[in-house]
Amino acid sequence: MPVLWIVLAVLGLGLIGYFVGRSRALGSAGGDIRQLHSLPSYYGWNAFMFTVVPSLIVLALWLLFAPTLIENRIAATLPQATLEQSGSTSLLMSEVRRAADALDLAVQQGTMDDAFSRNLRAEFTDVTGRLKATGSIITQDVTQPVLRAAQQYRVMSSTSNLIMSVLVVVLAVVGLIYALLRTNRDFRARNTVEIGIKSILILASSIAILTTLGIVLSMLFETANFFDQYPWQSFFFGTKWAPDFRGNSALGMLPLLWGTLYISTVALLVAVPIGLFAAIYLSEYAGPRLRAVAKPMIEILAGIPTIVYGLFALITVGPFLRDAIASPLGLGNNTNSVMTAGLVMGVMLIPFVSSLSDDIINAVPQSMRDGSFGLGATQSETIRQVVLPAALPGVVGAILLAASRAIGETMIVVMGAGAAAAQMDQGLGAIINPFQAMTTVTVKIVSQLTGDTDFASPETLVAFALGLTLFVITLGLNVLALIIVRKYREQYE
Amino acid sequence: MTDATANSPALPDRKHSGSLMEHTARTRRRNNAEKRFRAYGLAAIGIGLAALIVLLVSILSQGLPAFSQTFVTMKVYLDPAKLDKSGTRDIEQIKKVSTFGYAPLIRAAMQETMTANGIDPEKFGLSEKAAEEMISKEGAAQLRNFVIAHPDQIGQTVEFKFLADSRIDGYFKGRVSMASAKLDSNVSPAQLQLADALKKAGVLKVGFNWGFITNPDASENRPEAAGIGVAIIGSLYMMIIVLCLALPIGVAASIYLEEFAPQNWFTDLIEVNISNLAAVPSIVFGILGLAIFINWAGLPQSAPIVGGLVLTLMTLPTIIISTRASLKSVPPSIRDAALGVGASKMQSVFHHVLPLAMPGILTGTIIGLAQALGETAPLMLIGMVAFVREFPAAPPEGFFDPASALPVQVYNWTQRADPAFTERASGAIIVLLIFLLSMNFLAIILRRRFERRW
Repeated sequence: MPVLWIVLAVLGLGLIGYFVGRSRALGSAGGDIRQLHSLPSYYGWNAFMFTVVPSLIVLALWLLFAPTLIENRIAATLPQATLEQSGSTSLLMSEVRRAADALDLAVQQGTMDDAFSRNLRAEFTDVTGRLKATGSIITQDVTQPVLRAAQQYRVMSSTSNLIMSVLVVVLAVVGLIYALLRTNRDFRARNTVEIGIKSILILASSIAILTTLGIVLSMLFETANFFDQYPWQSFFFGTKWAPDFRGNSALGMLPLLWGTLYISTVALLVAVPIGLFAAIYLSEYAGPRLRAVAKPMIEILAGIPTIVYGLFALITVGPFLRDAIASPLGLGNNTNSVMTAGLVMGVMLIPFVSSLSDDIINAVPQSMRDGSFGLGATQSETIRQVVLPAALPGVVGAILLAASRAIGETMIVVMGAGAAAAQMDQGLGAIINPFQAMTTVTVKIVSQLTGDTDFASPETLVAFALGLTLFVITLGLNVLALIIVRKYREQYE
Repeated sequence: MTDATANSPALPDRKHSGSLMEHTARTRRRNNAEKRFRAYGLAAIGIGLAALIVLLVSILSQGLPAFSQTFVTMKVYLDPAKLDKSGTRDIEQIKKVSTFGYAPLIRAAMQETMTANGIDPEKFGLSEKAAEEMISKEGAAQLRNFVIAHPDQIGQTVEFKFLADSRIDGYFKGRVSMASAKLDSNVSPAQLQLADALKKAGVLKVGFNWGFITNPDASENRPEAAGIGVAIIGSLYMMIIVLCLALPIGVAASIYLEEFAPQNWFTDLIEVNISNLAAVPSIVFGILGLAIFINWAGLPQSAPIVGGLVLTLMTLPTIIISTRASLKSVPPSIRDAALGVGASKMQSVFHHVLPLAMPGILTGTIIGLAQALGETAPLMLIGMVAFVREFPAAPPEGFFDPASALPVQVYNWTQRADPAFTERASGAIIVLLIFLLSMNFLAIILRRRFERRW
C-alpha cells in the first residue's frame, strides 16, 4: 500500500509541523504568550494545515485522473487491427490491465525477475501459461500487442506512481517550510486556520448539491444513451411493456405508470381518511393520556422498515385477500395484487399523513376555534367548517408528500404487487381489476438492474429512463407540497 | 346582560322554541353528528393500532420458530478405511475425500443409533438412505470440516450434533404434517414417524438455534443451515461507514448552514437540495450508487463500502435536519457570552454551542442510522442480492469484500420456493426489529438523560 505510506508520511510531516510551528511561535514571542496574536496551538494547526491539505488534494486528484490518462495514451498506441479484433477499447484495456496485474504478481512471487518481465515476448515464451501459474485470472491468450501494451502500462504506471510520491512529499515539505517561515508573533494564525475550517464546512454543505447533481447527471447520461437506441415516443407513450434481452423489446412506460398510480391511489384512499381522522381525533378530542399512548404507537408504524411491510404483504395480507375476497368472487387467484400492495402501503402511509396533519391542525390558531364555539357550533362543526378549511393547504401538502412517498416506494410493491405489467391492449377490464398482479415503475427499475446486466442494451438502460421519470415526478410533487405548506405557514405565523 | 340571556328563550318569535333541557330534533341531529364524528376518529386510531398489532403478531408468529431448531445427536465412527485410504493421515489426501464420501458414515451412524435405542428401522419401512436423508445435507460438510480440522480423530467415535432436515424440523414446528408429507417428494410420513420415535428416544431434540444468528446463508435445498451471520456483519460494516461519514459531514454542514451561512443564493440552493434529498425515493439513490460508485469509480459490487456510501448520502439529510434543530435550540445568550469574553465566532461555536447541542445531534444520528439499517431498495441495485457465503474480512479490507445486509437477506429468502425460508425471513425481520428497537430506545434514553430545557 504505497498510497497509505504516502498519506502516513504526509501526516507525519504535518505533526512535525504542528509542534515546530507551535514552539517557533512561542520562541518568537520570547515565551510570553501575551505577545502572540493567536493562541500557540493555532500556529501549530496552521503549519499542519499547510503541510497536509495541498499535498493530499494533489494526491487525490492524481489517483483520480492518472489511470484514465495512462489508459488513453496506451490505447492510442495499440495497433488498429487489435482494436478491431477485440470489439471495443474498454474490453481490450481491461485485458491489458489484467495482463499487467499478472506480470506484477509474477514479479512479486519471484517467478520472473523485473528485467525479464519487461523484455518478455509472446512469440518466444508461453506468457499466458506462466501468468496463469501465478493464480491471476487470464481469460484469453495474451497476444504480443496486448503484452506489449501491458508492459508499457506497467512502466508508465510505475513512473506515474514515482512522480506522484515525490510530488506529494515535496509539496508537503514546501507547505511546511512556507508555513513555518510565516510563523512569527504578529502572524494572524487563528484567522488563517478559521478560514480553513470554514472552507471544510462549506465543502461539507455542498455535498448535498453534489449528490443531487450526481443523481441527475448519472441518470441523464444513461437516459440519453437509452434514447439513442430506443425512440422516446415509444417509451413515453408506448402501451406495451415486454422487455426481451434478445432484442426487439417493447418498452412502453404507460403500463408501469398506470400500475404505479393505481397502487398509490389505493394506498392514499386507505391512508388519507384514516390518517386524517386519527390526527383530528388526537389533536382535538383525545385527552393527554390517550394522546401519550396512541401518538407514539402510530408513529412506530413510520419507523418500521419497508421490507417488513413487504413481508407482511407477501405472507399475510396477500394470501388473506386471495382466500377471503378474490377467489370467492372469481376476481383472480394471485397473492400478489394491486389491493395487497395498496392496502399495506396505505398502512405504511398512515403515520405520515397523521403526524403531518397533526402539526398543521395544531398550528391553526385557537382564537378561530373559540370564535366558532362562541357562535354555538359543536366541536365537529368547528373542525369541519373552521379548522379543516384553515388547515386545508397544509393537509393538501401532506397528502402530496404522502403521494410522492407512495410513488417512490419499492419494497412493498416488489413483494406485494407482482411483476406482470398491466396489459393495456386487453381493454379496460384487464387493467382495473384490483385483485390482479400489476407492476410498477420501481419494480421494473429493480428487475432491470439486478442480476446480470449489460449496460449497452436498451433493456438495462431503460431503468435509468424510468428512474429519471420517477425522480422528476416525485420532485415535482415535493416542490409543490413544499410551496403549498410554506405559503400556508406564512398566513398564521 | 345576564338578564337578557336568561330571558331570551322566552321570546315569542323564536324559531326553535322549547326548553334548553329538552333537545329539539335539530339539536339531536347535531349531537348525533358530533358523536359519529368522534367515532370516526376513534375508529381511525383503532384501525391504525390494529394494523400495527396484526403486523407485529403476524411477523412474530411466523418468525419465532426460526429461533428453534431440531438437532440429532449421534455418535459417528470416523472410519479410516473411508476417510484416509493411504493411512498416512496426510491432510492433502484427506481433503480429497468430498462430502459425498462422508455420507456413508452418517448412514451407518444413523442405523447404529436406531439399533442402540431399540428402534427397528424395518418397522417404518424405510431404506437406509431414507433414514439418512432425515439429517441435513449440511451434516456431511460438518463432518468433513471436523475431520480436516482434527485429522488425529480418524478412527475414533465422536459425538456430533447434526441439523435435522428442514422438513423434519418443520414437522416439530407444525409447518409439516402427515397429510402434507404424503404430497411432498422430499419427506414421507414414515420418516416423520421415525422422527417421533427418535424424539421419544432422546436422540432428536429441539433446541435454540444459535446457528441462525451466526451461520452464513445456505443454498436453496438446505434452509435448515441458513443463517444471518454474513448479513449482520455486512449491515454492521455499513453502519460503521455511515456513522464515520454521515456524522462529521452532517454536523459540519449543519454548523455552516446554521451559524455561518450568509443569506444568498448559494445557501438557498443548499437548503433546497437538502429538503429535496430527504424526499427523493430511496431507489433513486440505488441508481446513483450503481452509476457513480460502481460503474464510474469502479468500486466492487455487493461491497459494504458502496452500500455504506449510498446509505450515507441517504442519511445526511436526516442528520442535517436534526442537527440544525438542536443547534437552533441552544439559546443565543450562550453565543453572546462567548463572544463577549473575546472568543471568535468559530471558537464560540466549537467550544460552547456544539457541546451543548451534542445530545440532540446524537439522537438524530441514531434515528438516521436506524433508518439506514432498514433500507433495502438501494442495496438491491448495487448487487447486495448476490448469494454470499463467505464472511467478509476484518475492516478495512472487509469493506471491499462481498457481503449481504439484513433486509436484503430477508428479501432473498422470500424469493426462494421452500416455505422454510419464509420462516427464516420472518426470523431475520425479528432480529432487524430488535436492533431498530434498541437503537430507538437508546435515542430516547439519550434524549431523556441529556436534553436540556433552556
